[in-house]
Amino acid sequence: MTTATSTPARPAPPGGPAPTTMAQAINRALRDAMAADDTVHVLGEDVGALGGVFRVTDGLTAEFGEERCTDTPLAEAGILGTAAGMAMYGLRPVVEMQFDAFAYPAFEQLVSHVARMRNRTRGSLPMPLTIRVPYGGGIGGVEHHSDSSEVYYMATPGLHVVTPATVADAYGMLRSAIASDDPVLFLEPKRLYWSKETIDLSSPPACEPLGRAVVRRAGTSATLISYGPSVSVCLEAAEAAREEGWELEVLDLRTLVPFDDETAAAAVRRTGRAVVVHEASGFAGPGAEIAARLTERCFHHLQAPVLRVTGFDIPYPPPMLEKHHLPGVDRVLDAVARLQWESDHTEGGAA
Amino acid sequence: MTVLEQTPGRDESGARPTPPTAGWRPRTDPAPLLPDETPFRLLGTGARLDKRRKELWRELYRGLVHGRRYNRQATALTRQGRLAVYPSSTGQEACEVAAALALAEQDWLFPSYRDTLAVVARGVDPVEALTLLRGDWHTGYDPRAVRVAPLSTPLATQLPHAVGLAHAARLRGDDVVALAMVGDGGTSEGDFHEALNFAAVWRAPVVFLVQNNGFAISVPLAKQTAAPSLAHKAVGYGVPGRLVDGNDAPAVHQVLGEAVAHARAGGGPTLVEALTYRVEAHTNADDATRYRTDEDVAPWLGHDPVALLEAELRNRRLLTDREADAIAEEAEAMAADLRGRMNTDPALDPEDLFAHVYAEPTTHLREQAAMLRGELAADAADDPDRADTPARRRATGRDDHADDHRQNHQERAA
Ligand SMILES: Cc1ncc(C[n+]2csc(CCOP(=O)(O)OP(=O)(O)O)c2C)c(N)n1
Ligand SMILES: [Mg+2]
Repeated sequence: MTTATSTPARPAPPGGPAPTTMAQAINRALRDAMAADDTVHVLGEDVGALGGVFRVTDGLTAEFGEERCTDTPLAEAGILGTAAGMAMYGLRPVVEMQFDAFAYPAFEQLVSHVARMRNRTRGSLPMPLTIRVPYGGGIGGVEHHSDSSEVYYMATPGLHVVTPATVADAYGMLRSAIASDDPVLFLEPKRLYWSKETIDLSSPPACEPLGRAVVRRAGTSATLISYGPSVSVCLEAAEAAREEGWELEVLDLRTLVPFDDETAAAAVRRTGRAVVVHEASGFAGPGAEIAARLTERCFHHLQAPVLRVTGFDIPYPPPMLEKHHLPGVDRVLDAVARLQWESDHTEGGAA
Repeated sequence: MTVLEQTPGRDESGARPTPPTAGWRPRTDPAPLLPDETPFRLLGTGARLDKRRKELWRELYRGLVHGRRYNRQATALTRQGRLAVYPSSTGQEACEVAAALALAEQDWLFPSYRDTLAVVARGVDPVEALTLLRGDWHTGYDPRAVRVAPLSTPLATQLPHAVGLAHAARLRGDDVVALAMVGDGGTSEGDFHEALNFAAVWRAPVVFLVQNNGFAISVPLAKQTAAPSLAHKAVGYGVPGRLVDGNDAPAVHQVLGEAVAHARAGGGPTLVEALTYRVEAHTNADDATRYRTDEDVAPWLGHDPVALLEAELRNRRLLTDREADAIAEEAEAMAADLRGRMNTDPALDPEDLFAHVYAEPTTHLREQAAMLRGELAADAADDPDRADTPARRRATGRDDHADDHRQNHQERAA
């Protein structure tokens, strides 16, 4: 149901640090980008008068006019296909896909054109467009409203795939995504839309360069590697792990493509143990690539196989059952416990 | 029961407003949108020609003769293994050439994979237009410099691009029309629908040219649609549809010219269906005898776009033998030049593989490029004396498996 409503995303008037939601930060990033560059156009379903079903585009049409923030016909391939044409003419479209699972109709345009237009034209037609996709579960959404679709995008060369886990990153990374001359999949963790941080939007946070992971919590026992909605789960798990005597490091990848091998490998080498945590299904999921890369790069530093804590390999469950599917603190701690602390080798897969 | 099916005034709840069935009118009068009752023609109608049109018809003729020769040459290049595959537009030259000539310098052409001739007629070097089909790169020309989008192989996917580009130009206040080409089969794709709908809602300056050549590979139009004509599809979007004899080059040019002018003046999109015929097989790798007979083709050979225009020009004394010979000679020279240049191996640089994936190559791609470089260097070092080392062969695009590759490619392309 695309009826998620909340307080409008318009941030408090500028003037010092104030509690700000992720939705407000994204709204502000769009506004600032549109004000700074008149080639930035926002397109999508219900992004105008309504301000988007999550209110992320609230006020943009009022401020910049319908030609800059446009309610399109309801057709995702058409939205992305026309946005590609606009990018061919030198504009910088920012497309909103209403929900993860409703971006699928646009897949052919994404894979066959957006991702490879620069390549097939030897740089003549870059695609400086941003595709915003609210994604992931944990909001009680009914069928088709909670997919973690990142791996489809990760498997498509030519795209950048990024996802913020904090309010400040949501602002900074979106500004960088819009400024990028390449297509960027900007995945917005739905359940963090209403998460708050105190930041000062009158002097907005720096535009985070894409492509760099960041250590959210330093630790020595093992490294939890995560992104988007699962970062907070890992931080919580790290807090709980202190009772067991573990000091867990938490790495927020932020950018999935291009993958920050350097930061991730350094974090794993520091502790010698790692668990990758994400909501997406595990089989051939993002964690498979991450664990493989880290094993290739850190084999001699590893005390245990890199484990994965992921969603099950099932279609996304109905809301009353999703809590069993989503990786939670306990499942993360169970995986940490299986990192061969006694060095007595045990057979066993990921949680 | 939907709200519109309820009898007005019989809404039990009483809360709902009466549906507006009584005074309802279509938002757009469909009558002016309906296509021509018979395909629009100029040849054989005794149309009066002023000096400008006489020149235009002669120019079209020259384009058709060149186009026919180009099609023959490209098909021959597939037999010599110089093109991986060629989807010929033989028999469709009137549409291809008229589409290119209907556009102004600043306008954009969005061709489908069969439309290399339109690309060439717009002025692109044939060798660059054929790069995709030779296989040395995907797009061989600089789309921005020539204002021709890449040849689109995924059917109809180029149509929304045309809409977006034209819309963007309009938003920027620029005078740019986009002409997008698609086949009859392509009209069944979702992107065709979405492009027409977006273009109509945005009043984007776009002209959609459907070349109805009777087939989508082997599938005839009857299995593609139940619409009265493809041009009729326009009406549902609130877009005017036009139907034209696609083998009558002056007629196609006129209809497209009017549609371009309409778009340029802010009138929005037009859908033009040109009735033509795919005289050759789908590509050189196709076997058309499996789905049609020579008798099916014969009537169309008697309605050939080049012959039709030539006969009319001669009747009107607008073409002398000497002029016709001179044009044929020019076309022969163009074909010889194309043949000569296609018979040399293209220069290939394997590093190009990594050059334009991202604005800046990622660390990851730099590593893979280094790996390939290392492999090539090792190949060369293994056998420094052989003139034709694997590295060199790869670098020139000729290796031991070249013929296998071509064979496979042809089969896949079918
Ligand atoms: C999306 C998509 N599906 C299938 C194909 C394979 N294919 C290539 S050409 C073709 C037939 C196209 O028919 P039509 O649109 O009438 O164009 P024509 O070949 O007659 O010019 C098909 C099915 C394709 N290129 N793209
Ligand atoms: Mg066809």
